[in-house]
Parts: sequence; structure tokens; C-alpha cells
Amino acid sequence: MALTRRQFLHLAAASAVGVTVLSPTRPATARRRAAPAVGVLVDVARCVGCRSCEMACKRYHGFPERESSDLGPTAWTYIRVRPLRQPRSHLNLGDAGADRRTYKVQCMHCLEPACASACPVAALRKTPEGPVVYDASRCLGCRYCMLACPFQVPRFEWDRPLPRIQKCNLCAERLARGEPPACVEACPMRALQVGPREAILAEAARRIAESPDRYVPAIYGAEEAGGTSWLYVSDVPFEELGFPVVVREPLPAYTWKALGKVPTLVIVIGATLSALEFFLRRRINLNGGGH
Amino acid sequence: MARRLTPGRTILWILVAAAALISGVRYARGLGAVTRLSDRFPWGLWVGFDVLCGVALAAGGFTMAATVYVLHNERYRPLLRPAIVTGFLGYLLVIAALLVDLGRPYRIWHPLIMWNPHSVMFEVAWCVMLYTLVLALEFGIMVLERLGWTTLLSIARASLPPLVVAGVILSTLHQSSLGSLFLIVPGKLHPLWYTPLLPVLFFLSAVAVGPAMVTVEAALSARAFRRPLEFPLLADLGRAMAVVLTLYLGVRVVDLVLRDALSLATPRTVEGTLFWVEMAVGVILPLILLALPVALRPGTVVTAAALVVSGVVLNRLNVAITGMWAGSGATYVPSWMEVTVTLGIVSAGVLAYLWIAEHLPVFVERSEEYAGG
Ligand code: SF4
Ligand code: SF4
Ligand code: SF4
Repeated sequence: MALTRRQFLHLAAASAVGVTVLSPTRPATARRRAAPAVGVLVDVARCVGCRSCEMACKRYHGFPERESSDLGPTAWTYIRVRPLRQPRSHLNLGDAGADRRTYKVQCMHCLEPACASACPVAALRKTPEGPVVYDASRCLGCRYCMLACPFQVPRFEWDRPLPRIQKCNLCAERLARGEPPACVEACPMRALQVGPREAILAEAARRIAESPDRYVPAIYGAEEAGGTSWLYVSDVPFEELGFPVVVREPLPAYTWKALGKVPTLVIVIGATLSALEFFLRRRINLNGGGH
Repeated sequence: MARRLTPGRTILWILVAAAALISGVRYARGLGAVTRLSDRFPWGLWVGFDVLCGVALAAGGFTMAATVYVLHNERYRPLLRPAIVTGFLGYLLVIAALLVDLGRPYRIWHPLIMWNPHSVMFEVAWCVMLYTLVLALEFGIMVLERLGWTTLLSIARASLPPLVVAGVILSTLHQSSLGSLFLIVPGKLHPLWYTPLLPVLFFLSAVAVGPAMVTVEAALSARAFRRPLEFPLLADLGRAMAVVLTLYLGVRVVDLVLRDALSLATPRTVEGTLFWVEMAVGVILPLILLALPVALRPGTVVTAAALVVSGVVLNRLNVAITGMWAGSGATYVPSWMEVTVTLGIVSAGVLAYLWIAEHLPVFVERSEEYAGG
């Protein structure tokens, strides 16, 4: 069976990509930082734990509307509750909410996602607009993305014969239509805010600067794992709230340092071995095939 | 004498059957029904042992092929074929294990057309596929010999040197990239194992375990097939093992010191204890045994080799499983079903090896092969 024209173009494109990507440069994701990507701010100080965002997400994506205590295949986001060691008056609830904080957890949509760089078949991919999206039709189910994610986000359908990976997609379809993510739209306290990431970062910095006695001087997600699309400000230190401590350097860079050496290795080992083989064989032949 | 159903083989067959049954359950009811894997602990015994150890223990194939075909060290030729057979079987079993472990096993070929060259897993996938092909061709020569197809045979033999070079390159790449897989989890893997040198350490230990596996196999098949043990060769293999192990030990210690991680190696923590067991069993004891004057006895070399093999297994399990416990916030211990599938896969390998050894010219080396190449 001959190749159709389309298949041929596919192959040609694939090999062209192969040549360019195998040259030892940084991953293409590195350049994305310049693109005007979306950002979402979560203000932990404002969150009252009403779970409107959780429910809106489930409704929009057609998941069963039960309260979740963890991320799951049908829970792309949930509200984590953390009791506080020292009670601290809540911005919206006052003393009634002083003994705990609640905040939204979901995929952070890293600027240089470890999950996407790990996936062998590019089933996970960072779009220029910001969302890290998943294409189930490519996925092998190797779960390397789950291992790689520093925030432990991707979930797996353990009870299905042919499982998929599941995680928040930042409502990519809604963003494409110019609508805010379902969860952001649902928040009654305006604890969630969406916009260009640069503007959102500035807004986070503004809140901290305006009320330095309330907010801790840190924006979670500004630099974590090389920066994320979701950003958090809080009136309680992030460590106390149980946010994972994550390296600042983009994670793909860690493997890329090793992977980038591959082409050189292939050439060096190949040349050395071939030369060795050739000279040793010649020596044996010169010695009359003896020892 | 072929195909006696000895008690040993009966057990192996039962394990294979049990593994097949459990795999059936996995395909019907999902990975959650048979494994203790979870979202926080997505890789377990099947990746840690079946894949990581499977590939490492198959390293005899490429080290022996490099010695005989590239370095033209003819003395080792009698050990070459058993090593290639084990290597080939090892890779087939790794693929079999992947078919059970992958969520969508029928897409195992996807990396061929869906590319993400920034993924270590992508590189591993390609290397495994290509290297299995190389091993299949090297193995095919034995089949052709048995069938007596001389024309094909001479073509195949002429193509051996480039094939072997390709095989060595592929092995180097992905023995080390199995280590690189874990470079992306600096926050999860315990610092006793997490190091930027993981690929180097994985490669060095694979090179050390190559001759070790060949030694163990030679000893086992000498018993099983009542053949004399080629001791002078084994002594040489022991010396090679000692050299690579010393190199490995040096890199490992310097790395731990430079990263300031040596202080974590106290036996008071689970990780510290596991670290010392791994180093003692896999590196220090074998080095002592090989340095002692009794190293001149076959038993000592075989014991040292068996220790090196166990040490590499421990190391891979520590990297993939126990070293991930603390960082992932989940305690994973394989279920009996996972263990049974692993045992079944190993059993299938042993049965296949026995069958091949009885039916193909594995231990026969004809002089014309060299002349043909
Ligand atoms: S948080 Fe995890 S799953 Fe989400 S983009 Fe980052 S690496 Fe990927
Ligand atoms: S499980 Fe799927 S999405 Fe995740 S890395 Fe593997 S192939 Fe990619
Ligand atoms: S962005 Fe969309 S998918 Fe993500 S948590 Fe919000 S509603 Fe759910």
C-alpha cells in the first residue's frame, strides 16, 4: 500500500521536527513565557470555603456533584481546609473563620510543565494561551506525567480497563470563547480573578503592598517550578497551609540537561566503537588471525 | 531429555498461569483492582522491578557483544550467546510487563509516530524498541543456524559489527536514561538517591551487572545442563566487575560528599538503612570477596556476582519505590497480585531460556561463524 499524500506530509514534517528538536537547545516551552498567557489569582484571605467553585467545575464538566476532599478523576478542583495553629481573624468571616483557612486546589498550569515535558507522546501540552491540556487519544497510560508533576496533580482512572489521565484544563474551551473559567465566574467572594498573567501578578503584588499587615509577602506560583499560571496570595504563610515546597527552576530543565547530551553521546560512542572495532580487527588480521 | 516436567518447572508454569489470570483481571477491572498504586504513587513494583531491573539485568547482552565483536576478544565467545539470549528475553519480558502496567497497552507503539523528544520516556521507548530489534537480529542468527539457511546466515553475520555498535549505543543511552527518568523528581526522590549523576550511576551499575549476570547464568546453566564451568573466563569477569564496581563506588561517594548527603546515610532512618544494605550487598561485599585470595575459587566469584545482581536490584527498587515513599507522602507496598505477576514474568523468562537452550545452538560455537564475519 502506497503512502497517501497526507501521510507523506506527516512523515516529512515528523522527520523535520526530529532534526530540529534533536539539536541541543532548550525546550520550546522556554519561549512561551513571552506570550501573553492567562493567569488566575487565588486570594486565600478572601476565600470563605463555600465550594461554589468546586460545584461550578463539576457542573460545567458534567461530573457527579459530590463534595470532594481530594483531587480525583471527576474532581478537577477541591477546597482544602487547613486548621490554623494560631487563630487569625478572617478577612470576610472575622473571628468566625479565625481557626482555619480554606483554599482552592487544582492543576497549577505551569509555564514550563513537568507533565508535558515528561509525556512521551505529547498527550499533555502547554498551549500558548496558558492552559495545559490533555489529549486522551494519544495517551499510553504510562503515568510518567503523574510522577513528574511537582504538585501531585494528574489523576488516573484506576478503576477503568482503559484509563485516562484527568486534571483541570483551565476551561480552555471557555477561555477560547473569551469567557472566564467556570470556577472563577462562580466565586461569590471574588477570591478568584482571571486575566493576563502579567496583570494578575501585578494585582497580587498590589494587594500585598496595600495591606502589608494582612498579606504575607509572597506570591505562590510566581517562581515555583519556574512559574505557574495559577497564583496565590495569602494572609497565612504558605508552608503553614501545606503548600508543597517546590524548586524554583523549571523542572523540564533537569531532564533536559541529560537529554541534551544524547546526540553528542551517539556520535562520540558510535565513532569510538567503530574506530576501535576497525583497528582491532586490522591488527588481528595483520597478525594472521592469531591472538 | 527435552521437556521433562520437573517439579521446578511445574511451579514456574503455575506462576505464569497465575500471572496471566491476574493480568486478565487487570484488563477487565483496571489497575486499581490488582495493584496498590495510587495517584500519589503511580509507579510501583512493575516499573521498579520488571522494567528497571529487567533492563539492567539484560545488560550482559551488550557488554558481551561489545567485548567479542568490538574489542575482538575471542576468549569470551562461549559466553556471548547465552548473554544475548538472556538480553533478548529480558527485553521481551520488559515489554510484556509494560503491556500489563500501561493504561492503554495497545498504544505502546504511539511513541513511534507521536513525538515528544523532550521526554526521557520517549527516548527510553525508542531505545527499547530499536534495541529489542537489534537483539532479535542477533538472536535470529541462532535460529537461522538451527534451520540451516546458509545464504541468509552469511548476510546476517556480515551485518553483525554495525548492529553490535548500534546495540551498544542504544544500550548506553537507555541504561542511563532509565536513571534520567528520575531527574524530574528532585522534590520527591530521597537525596541519598536523587543526584544529577543518576544517569551516570545507572549506566555504570549496568556495566557492572552485565558480567555479573553472565557469571550467575553460566554457573546456573553449568548445573542445569551439566556442563563444565569455564573458570578462567569467570575469573576475568570477576576482575572486570571489580574494576567497574570500584569506579561506581568512587563516583557514588564523591557525589554524596559533594551534595552533602552523606550525613543522611545514618541507619536510623528507613532510607539510611536501605542505603547501607544496598551498598553493602551490591558494592562493598563483592569488592571484598573479589579482592580476597579466595577469589581464585569459582564459588567466590559466583557469590560476588550474585551479590552484585542483588545490589543492582536493591538500587533500582530504592530509586523507584522506597526512595519515593517520603517525598510522595504515600506508602506503597506491592499487593500479592503485583508480586505474583512479577514472579510469573520472571518464570516465563526462565522457562523460555530453558526451552531455547535445549532447542537452539546456544552453547555451541562453530568456528565458521567467525570466518563468516
Ligand atoms: S501542576 Fe502538574 S499537572 Fe499541572 S501543569 Fe504543572 S506539572 Fe502539569
Ligand atoms: S500517562 Fe499519558 S499523558 Fe501521562 S505521560 Fe503517559 S502518555 Fe503522557
Ligand atoms: S479552571 Fe475550569 S476545569 Fe479548572 S478548576 Fe476551574 S472550573 Fe474546573
